[in-house]
Amino acid sequence: MLTKLTRNLTKISRFFLPFIGIVSLALFSPSFHKINAQEQQDDSFDQNIVSNGESLFKGNCTVCHAINDVLIGPALRDVHERQSEEWIYAFIKNSQKVIKSGDEYAVDLYNQYNQTLMTSFDFSDEELNSILTYIKSESSKEIQVAVVEGVDVGGDISSSVSTDNFYLSLGLNILLLLVLVFILLRFTNLSKKYVILKDNQTKGKLLDEKDKEIVDSGFNIKDFIRSNKVVGIASFVFIAVFVKSCIDGIYTIGIQQNYQPTQPIAFSHKIHAGQYEIDCNYCHTGVNISKSANIPAVNICMNCHGVINTDKPEIQKILTAYEENRPIEWVRVHNLPDLAYFNHSQHVAVGGIECSTCHGPIEEMDVVYQYSELTMGWCINCHRESEINSKGNDYYDKLVELHKGSSKEPLKVEDIGGLECSKCHY
Amino acid sequence: MKKGNKTYWKGIEQLKNDPAFVKNAESEFPEFLPIKDSSDNSRRDFLKMMGFGLAAVTTAACEAPVKYAIPYVDKPVDVDATLANYYASTYSMGSDYCSVVVKTREGRPIKIDGNKYSKISAGCTSSQVESSVLTLYDRQRLQFPMLNNKESNWRDVDNFVKEGLSKKGSNKIYIISHSVNSPSTLDVINKFSKKFDVNHVEYDTSSYSGMLDANEESFGKRKIPFYDFSKAKTIVSFGYDFLGSSFNHDLFNQQFTKQRVVNRDKREMSRLYTFESNLSLTGANSDHRIPIKSSHTKIYIAELWNILNGKIGSGRDSISFNKSKRSLLKLDILNKVADDLIQNLGSSLVISSSNDKSVQSVVIMINELLRSYGKTIDLNRCYNTRKGDDSKMTEFIKDLDSKSVHGVIFLNSNPVYNHYLSSRLKDALDNVPLKISTSDRIDETSILCDVIAPDSHFLESWNDYEPIDNHFSFGQPTIRRIFDTRQHQDSFLRWIDSEVNYFSTLKNNWRKKQKLLKSNEPFQIFWDRLLHDGVAEIVDEKTKNLNPLPNIFKTRISEAGKVSNLIESETDNDGFELNLYHNLTVSDGIQSNNPWLQEMPDPISKVCWDNYISINPKDASKLEVKTDVGTMTTNLLKLENNEGSFEVPVIIQPGQAEGTIGLALGYGRKLAGPVGDGIGFDANQLLNKKLNIQNLTVSNIKLENTFKDFRIAQTQTHDTIMARESVIQETSLDQYKKDPYSGKYQFKVATSKGFKKPEDVTLWNGHEYKNHHWVMAIDLNACTGCGSCVIACQVENNIPVVGKEEVLNRREMSWLRIDRYYSSDADVNDLQGLEVAAENPDVTFQPMMCQHCNNAPCETVCPVAATTHSSEGLNQMTYNRCIGTRYCANNCPYKVRRFNWFKYHDNEQFDKNIAMNNDLGKMVLNPDVTVRSRGVMEKCSFCVQKIQEGKLLAKSEKRRLKDGDVKMACGSACSTDAIVFGDVNDKNSRINNLLQVEKIDKATLKLKEERAYAVLDEIRVSPNVWYLRKVRNKKTA
Repeated sequence: MLTKLTRNLTKISRFFLPFIGIVSLALFSPSFHKINAQEQQDDSFDQNIVSNGESLFKGNCTVCHAINDVLIGPALRDVHERQSEEWIYAFIKNSQKVIKSGDEYAVDLYNQYNQTLMTSFDFSDEELNSILTYIKSESSKEIQVAVVEGVDVGGDISSSVSTDNFYLSLGLNILLLLVLVFILLRFTNLSKKYVILKDNQTKGKLLDEKDKEIVDSGFNIKDFIRSNKVVGIASFVFIAVFVKSCIDGIYTIGIQQNYQPTQPIAFSHKIHAGQYEIDCNYCHTGVNISKSANIPAVNICMNCHGVINTDKPEIQKILTAYEENRPIEWVRVHNLPDLAYFNHSQHVAVGGIECSTCHGPIEEMDVVYQYSELTMGWCINCHRESEINSKGNDYYDKLVELHKGSSKEPLKVEDIGGLECSKCHY
Repeated sequence: MKKGNKTYWKGIEQLKNDPAFVKNAESEFPEFLPIKDSSDNSRRDFLKMMGFGLAAVTTAACEAPVKYAIPYVDKPVDVDATLANYYASTYSMGSDYCSVVVKTREGRPIKIDGNKYSKISAGCTSSQVESSVLTLYDRQRLQFPMLNNKESNWRDVDNFVKEGLSKKGSNKIYIISHSVNSPSTLDVINKFSKKFDVNHVEYDTSSYSGMLDANEESFGKRKIPFYDFSKAKTIVSFGYDFLGSSFNHDLFNQQFTKQRVVNRDKREMSRLYTFESNLSLTGANSDHRIPIKSSHTKIYIAELWNILNGKIGSGRDSISFNKSKRSLLKLDILNKVADDLIQNLGSSLVISSSNDKSVQSVVIMINELLRSYGKTIDLNRCYNTRKGDDSKMTEFIKDLDSKSVHGVIFLNSNPVYNHYLSSRLKDALDNVPLKISTSDRIDETSILCDVIAPDSHFLESWNDYEPIDNHFSFGQPTIRRIFDTRQHQDSFLRWIDSEVNYFSTLKNNWRKKQKLLKSNEPFQIFWDRLLHDGVAEIVDEKTKNLNPLPNIFKTRISEAGKVSNLIESETDNDGFELNLYHNLTVSDGIQSNNPWLQEMPDPISKVCWDNYISINPKDASKLEVKTDVGTMTTNLLKLENNEGSFEVPVIIQPGQAEGTIGLALGYGRKLAGPVGDGIGFDANQLLNKKLNIQNLTVSNIKLENTFKDFRIAQTQTHDTIMARESVIQETSLDQYKKDPYSGKYQFKVATSKGFKKPEDVTLWNGHEYKNHHWVMAIDLNACTGCGSCVIACQVENNIPVVGKEEVLNRREMSWLRIDRYYSSDADVNDLQGLEVAAENPDVTFQPMMCQHCNNAPCETVCPVAATTHSSEGLNQMTYNRCIGTRYCANNCPYKVRRFNWFKYHDNEQFDKNIAMNNDLGKMVLNPDVTVRSRGVMEKCSFCVQKIQEGKLLAKSEKRRLKDGDVKMACGSACSTDAIVFGDVNDKNSRINNLLQVEKIDKATLKLKEERAYAVLDEIRVSPNVWYLRKVRNKKTA
């Protein structure tokens, strides 16, 4: 029958419209969009030389020098404009010689920086050139001012980005849904009219009693809303959402994701790990050898801050602590319950896992927050997905061999008992 | 339980099938729940509480508490958080010594292991040594010096002492100490003596005076020679408990078991005869134990001399004594002993605990006759750990009485409590103007002193030791001094106005010592090596070529004459003979305030938190002693002799010689601290105060039953596995030689296809352990039951102490227990045989812990999967998942699961559990093991933290796990190597070789080792703990 389509459409629009609407709303999930930082390419330098220079610079110079900041030695921005290349090369190779030769600029520099001698480096001219090229290329970039946020950053950095995206996509979805509803209603109406027209032409033979009822019926919004079906569905959805959020809420008890306490000293990982790219190991000495990664002792801070920025109030706190022999009471960000045994060296030294896998973009954090959930589900999930870092480790040889015989999948943590209770609880 | 002709029982009540015992054996937990009756509370109250609780928990959980991470200011190079450091050091308490390795975490000692480099302490630890780490964190230790019983400071104390010493005049000054074997300490004491003309008197709580005096007369050295039990094929001990209460018993255990372990290649073992009255550990491990009255020991020794003298012919006289005395002896067994000794000339050893010089002289004569010297007794190496001289001590007390003593310094000694003349000493001390103690606490002696200059704990001190001539051991501090204490050596140096401190003195002494060695090595390297190794054997040129064995056996016969006089003067009386002894738990009571030791069950009686009279079953029934095993009630007996009358609880002890009773020293302390005060009864009170030498045998004791009830905590009858077969298996050496499988109990299951082995009809699928398969083997022939593993397990795994009340409620928490079984060849239905059996049973020890069954019955009944199986064969217990249904414990056939009935930490009601109830005590806890909370099950984990640590070490070194990377706490403490643990998947591992693993099929081991068996094999739970059958070497002919 011709009317079948129309009948169905009408039914759909009656029964399912509210439902579709609610369900599609419920389906929204906060989506995170990573904003990829655009990297600017500067074509005026040979990128190979620059990258060589960069690695040399970072490997040898960053202990005392930075491009834009005065550390133990001067800032190197535009150093090529201050002195000739030959002078710079000679100074790097043996600064003492240059100073002893009575070079006025060199002597001034020496005195200016507390008569600290620069270590001599035995670089080839090619290497020196690449370092200088790197400095030149860096100098040509605009100065980025590292903003240290106030200590009292209580806000939730990660969520501010994601909520914007959430509302944007929510709006878009609602709009899309409205358009869909509109089209559906419109189409139903049109097809109804068409059927009536046809019916009139065939003198009522096309429609039987039931059909007529449908065709004649008007759409009363009040009756529709008060109908048992709508009330039933709405209350079901309401209760379901309520219960779900309660359960979700209970599950978040004890989860401190995004926990970002205020620390006694406004230490910024963004500056140390991000801007200066100090290796995590430098301060967190235990990460490869022991259970705990170690919060660095004050004397590790003093390695650099004995000299650098000693006048700043936050650094003064370190100096006072050191002088008074009083430890700094950092607030612990990552808290595992006592019943769970976690060992850093197992994961970092043996497993080869990057710090950022669990700790997130530390190098972008001014104030550290807990990036991961640190729940048992999160641990277990990773143990299910992660492959064993068995390469070159004789311990796993036999296991890998046995596993190859029985499965084509790579050997994962769960395959060697990584999900068992007493791997973490004892 | 019965097997073949042999009947085993755990206690006298089981043998008699006491109704209370049967009732208790059937139920896992006692019927009564002595928790406060909660009938006032209705179901509604319960629901209200639940609702409130839920709300409270939810709100409380919303805000997580802020935790801090506090790093060092200046991190020490060697200390990394969470990484353990190990330091070699030396245990020293009382006269005892042990070379140890101390495990420290974040700068605090948490565990003491033996130093494997040491040839003297055998690389293992006794229960006393294991426990001493908790004594370090005892709040009862003095935190500052005391002057006239008031808090003071070191300057005032020093001034007071120096002024006091300068007023000496013509009177004497005494230093009273236990045996000091530290050369540098003796050097300091000598310096002090030179300045103030001091008499240094050493004493031992269990005196070896008689033996030392006899040795001095015979060899010219007042020392105890080096006994080597590993070379002896026949050992005869007259009351000398060399496996238990003796000094250096760790080494003796190790030597002894070397001769006891049999296998495919070695089918011979030594034979041990023991003549004693109390059932000691030595008696329990002997092949023939002859219960005798201690006062008869000298007659036995004299008669043994006569027999041997007659048979070998030394050309010397026999010891004559009245024939009537001979009738007291069991001559048939003595003749057998003599035959055995003669057969093994040069490889036999006779020892005696007698503190009488003349008796010890006869023992020397016997050993000489048996050609033991140079073979089983080495006079080249002599012990310095027992030097006490009873006569000097009595001289000191006489001097006190005559008021000729100006000052006395009690150097870490507490004679007012632990010397046998304590009461005389206490009264006489009033006559001394200057009394100084270096005790670490206010104890029975130091409270009488004007000055207490508290010594540091040995883990906070520098020292050197020379336990055996030319064998040195070093003590280095492993923690900064916790309190304002000072090493006693430093105190002495300060009092003689020395410029240098003790550390420099020590170092200088070793600088001198190194010069004797004529080595070119820089001193710092030499010194570092000494501290690293902890032990050194240094023979300088002077002592090297000394002939150690002069012709010395001349004066013996006059001594022998004295023995016959002694024997003749001995008169029998109607009274009981009391034998005092030091047990293996609290020993002489120095560490009485240590709850680990107090709760450690006595190896034989399994009693803890008390001392008691042990009495023969026959004597007990004469006295109408009533004991009830259900409520662990016994009677108080009234002891009476010239010294007074005392009421002491009684334990019926099979094996106790008739007419004798035993009682442990080291209890009844008044000033040990809150844990040890008032526990038990001070048995020193019973000793004769007129004797010039310590004699631990007190005769003519009147015993009377008061019929007063007393509850005594005994762990033995808990967790019984009675009526189940194949728990204990044993055989005799003769049978073993004929058939290595002898004594094996093979259970067969009847099926439609005939009888089958349990493993062939199993319903279980089995497991496949790809990586490791952890297995433990326990050699029942090597286990002497000493119990140091029990304490080692307690320290390693943070096991709480529950106190006497809770032990009475059968709620002790130890993961590892040592089951002690009595057995005899008599049939249980044979009444007369039963009587004899109870008189002097054979004893078997069986360490019992979680068997880590491959088909674990506990795993299948847990409703929340809190106990699961690992891919390495471990039965894992997950505390945070456990909801405490206790189904697992009920389903465990070995009864090794422990339930946390209470919260034992941070709970005032369990304040005796000092390791978990105050900040200082908590420093001893192992940070790698969870402290369990109320309501969860726990049990042996196979030290999973150590397994994980070993695996991680192998992984980070990118290699396979080596055998020995993982060591159990119990196995490391064991002096006899009875507990072997390892990975059977590793073909080269010790465990694999020991068990001779033939095939591993789905975790089921096929073993070639004939002695290996699994306990309760018939129920097919397939344990990962294997036992090696006990072999006894009884003389048949």
